[in-house]
Amino acid sequence: MENSGHIVKLYGAWGSPFVHRVIWALKLKGVEYEYIEEDLSNKSSSLLEYNPVHKEVPVLIHNGKPVVDSIVILEYIEETWPHLYPLLPADSYDRALARFWIDFGQQKRPTVHAFCGSSKENNEKTGEKMLETLNIIQDQALGDKKFFGGDSIGMVDLYFGWYVQWFPCFEQLAGLQVLNPSNLPKLHKWAMNFKEEPIIKETLYDSKKLLLHLEGIRKKRYMAAQARVL
Amino acid sequence: MESVKLFGTWSSPSSKRVEIALKLKGVEYEYVEEDLQNKSPDLLKYNPIHKKVPILLHNGKPIVESLLIVEYIDETWPGPAILPSDPYDRAMARFWAKFLDEKCWPAMKKAWLSTGEEQEKANEEANEALMFLENELKGKKFFGGDTIGLVDIAANLIALWYGINEELSGLIQQPLTKDKFPNLCEWVDEYTNCSFVKENLPPTDKLAQLYMARIQADKASAQ
Repeated sequence: MENSGHIVKLYGAWGSPFVHRVIWALKLKGVEYEYIEEDLSNKSSSLLEYNPVHKEVPVLIHNGKPVVDSIVILEYIEETWPHLYPLLPADSYDRALARFWIDFGQQKRPTVHAFCGSSKENNEKTGEKMLETLNIIQDQALGDKKFFGGDSIGMVDLYFGWYVQWFPCFEQLAGLQVLNPSNLPKLHKWAMNFKEEPIIKETLYDSKKLLLHLEGIRKKRYMAAQARVL
Repeated sequence: MESVKLFGTWSSPSSKRVEIALKLKGVEYEYVEEDLQNKSPDLLKYNPIHKKVPILLHNGKPIVESLLIVEYIDETWPGPAILPSDPYDRAMARFWAKFLDEKCWPAMKKAWLSTGEEQEKANEEANEALMFLENELKGKKFFGGDTIGLVDIAANLIALWYGINEELSGLIQQPLTKDKFPNLCEWVDEYTNCSFVKENLPPTDKLAQLYMARIQADKASAQ
């Protein structure tokens, strides 16, 4: 294990797909770390000290210095341990492309949130837009490759990795399945391949537990939104 | 022979970011001014997904999204470093650049366009965001230290905005004042005095006119 002279801590929260990206990156690179579970309804003084701007998880502490924002953390892990399981291509143009697809995913967050927050009564339009987005990701980012990173998992796979377990839960809550073999054959196959990778497989949650957890979050958000309106 | 082409617009801060990065590295490039009301076939061909500027075409291959283009420029051409070499410092630079685009600028825009209670809240958010940047500049000439870096280039939009501050003061509440944000205001002076930034500044009167029209249009459509 690569840890001579490195003390790595990760502040996370159970069920967070953003934290999971970081866990996957650390495990793929074989970096040892101490995990600290945060209660997001009662944030620790450490979390607030290390991430005063966003007050969120994940926060990576490397030799006492904090790095925040899951995408910034992924790039940091890649640059700090570049020789262990590279997550980005060597060619700078290909790296720009990888970063483009992560940025694309970020720009599509409103579409994703809209779908994930919808229900049987209003999922048609949100489902349509969600499918449109996933089509672009499937056809242009993934294409005929096994993974977004090529033959092995890369940073873009870790970024979209939440689709393999969190997204199906939201599909259930929204009452509409979008990512299935008939709609998105290549992307669905990618999801199956990704889930089967040993490091990914061993970190996946019990689906029922995750579903309940996400349902709880949705309810809280809905009630908070209602409170703001009233 | 290398070919470098940039599709941009004169008023776009994102476009200017790329020009500054290219000039910093001393890269020769061909510039194509786009009319966003009448996008060229090239623009749609090279950026089919977002259909926006800026687009950098390097030996025929397109790169889009201003901050991604700036990182690509840093990795591709020698010359003054735009990102620091240390991974931790790079992480900090990326963090603040994202903060500018994702938190600071949207908060500032919201503050200009909203009214009443919503505007009060937006002003608070904008001030909070600017204060983080103000503190980040403590003891430094630029966000990048002694020389311009990624965050300075990303903060371009603040510099441009501050430049037309006076012209717009009748229309909107300018959050960036010398008494509240001395470091940021001094940074604007230092930044806009750098030769490759200075020679790249859009004409302030034209820019002020454009922003005034936009703000008025946005305010009208919001009502």
